[in-house]
Amino acid sequence: MRKANSRNRLTAYCFLLPNLIGFVTFTLLPVLAALGLSFMRWDSYSPISFVGLRNFQLMLKDSSFKIAFWNTLYFTGLTVPLTIVAALALALVLNKGLRSVKIFRSIHFFPHVASTIAVAVVWQFLYHPDMGPINHFLRAIGIGDPPRWTASVTWAMPAVILMSVWKSAGYYMVMFLAGLQGIPQHLYEVATIDGATAWQKFRSVTLPLLTPTLFFVLTMNLIYSFKVFDQIYIMTQGGPGRATSVLVYYIYTQAFVNQNFGYASAMATVFFLLILGVTIVQFRMQEKWVNYLD
Amino acid sequence: MNKRRPYLLIPILASSALMLLPFVWMLSASLKTNVQVFQFPIQWIPKDPQWSNYITIWSKIKFGLYYFNTIKLTVIVTLAQLLTCSLAAYAFAKIQFPERNALFVAYIATMIVPFQVVMIPQFILLRNLGLVNKHLALIILQAFSPFGVFLMRQYYLSIPNELVEAARIDGLSEFGIYRRIMLPLSKPALASLTIFTFVFVWNDFLGPLIYLHSGDLRTIQLGIRMFISQYSAEYSLIMAASVCSLIPVIIVFLACQKYFVEGISMSGLKG
Repeated sequence: MRKANSRNRLTAYCFLLPNLIGFVTFTLLPVLAALGLSFMRWDSYSPISFVGLRNFQLMLKDSSFKIAFWNTLYFTGLTVPLTIVAALALALVLNKGLRSVKIFRSIHFFPHVASTIAVAVVWQFLYHPDMGPINHFLRAIGIGDPPRWTASVTWAMPAVILMSVWKSAGYYMVMFLAGLQGIPQHLYEVATIDGATAWQKFRSVTLPLLTPTLFFVLTMNLIYSFKVFDQIYIMTQGGPGRATSVLVYYIYTQAFVNQNFGYASAMATVFFLLILGVTIVQFRMQEKWVNYLD
Repeated sequence: MNKRRPYLLIPILASSALMLLPFVWMLSASLKTNVQVFQFPIQWIPKDPQWSNYITIWSKIKFGLYYFNTIKLTVIVTLAQLLTCSLAAYAFAKIQFPERNALFVAYIATMIVPFQVVMIPQFILLRNLGLVNKHLALIILQAFSPFGVFLMRQYYLSIPNELVEAARIDGLSEFGIYRRIMLPLSKPALASLTIFTFVFVWNDFLGPLIYLHSGDLRTIQLGIRMFISQYSAEYSLIMAASVCSLIPVIIVFLACQKYFVEGISMSGLKG
């Protein structure tokens, strides 16, 4: 038995090795190092040194960090619910309404596959405050003084949020569609026999049985939104002022523009704790509202 | 299924239009002159299409080189992932060995850590290895994806163990089982992984932004950004460049969308 075991082990590692070497060196080690770097001072002015919690104390006094932190919550707090409502509504309509689901599914899915850079460039043009088609349209329907979108401190973040919802709603719609198709049809038949209205069917059959999908979509979408970067980089560069500066954008700037590797690492640690915390809370809450069929 | 409701076609058509309009606007603007781009009402089909825009962009910046760089990175990373991930996943799914669970947990755990959290230590490591400003840096970072291992393993688990056991009794080596049984049976998973990796590498922006500094190494996404900053008033050229950057993704998407959808359910819902 032991002999077979050690032979198995040898075979297993032969299969694992090409991936394992790369994984340990370039993913696992950096993950472990990320935390360590948070306690270092490492910039272009002085040699690397251990500074304990100094980076974290700096963060508390750094108004740019606080703004980036709140902006990240602002972006996520609006993007996630809007995306989920849009995706769920689309999936429900698509699931019920049509024979040729495929073509519409593809149309809605495509913005997710298209590169954020190309898409952000187009939206930047669409949002142009004076010449952009969106404001042309708003003026044409009688809104004399439309928002200045990415050029306005107030409207820049909503502009980025709208574009992000547009880009990812179709992706989550595909997930909801898969979830809807997994709901046993006979439950609806039983409900019909019992005289349930469409709303009652949605409330007592669809929604409860869709909670596993909803949970998965919520978890993914939260993490995805916290990581927002590309569209901010192209559309607003964190501005105007600091109105759309989010955590990843600020971390990127501190690390790769200002070379403050230690400070940026500490912020990356906080960023990770934020994601981890929210994910853990999600999993804890799961029992309260998610129904698994079996 | 139960009865279809034709009136639901209206909201679906409306939201489809909303999804497509920015792309149509992009295409239309790419065939206009700079003055026409922002004219209102929008002329969706330009009267006098400026096809020359699509020629100009290739000479204004090194668009051809950026295209080649992106294709090179995409192909190498995708092939490397297919190979290393499918091999590693076989060990995790079909071979019993003592550290199996602990190692797999390590893979899963790092999947939770976003790239943005490890990008700094990774950069410092690669800088010390002298790999910054080389394509190799991005290849190394993306060739060993834990997600790829996870995806392949999930699929392998659905292939019955009896099949593997029978092959072992017949004297097929482990590599033979992987090569002759698992790989042919896992084509859908390999296809999904190929597409995910292709789209990810093609669209990746933050990675190239951090690692590729000299002009000749740029990928297409960096090229577009450079285009915007250098020729910010050349609206139609910017749109033409954006259209060009989307074409390969559109082709792959239209040809393989089945695997996108299957891949999504494979990696998530059935996990």
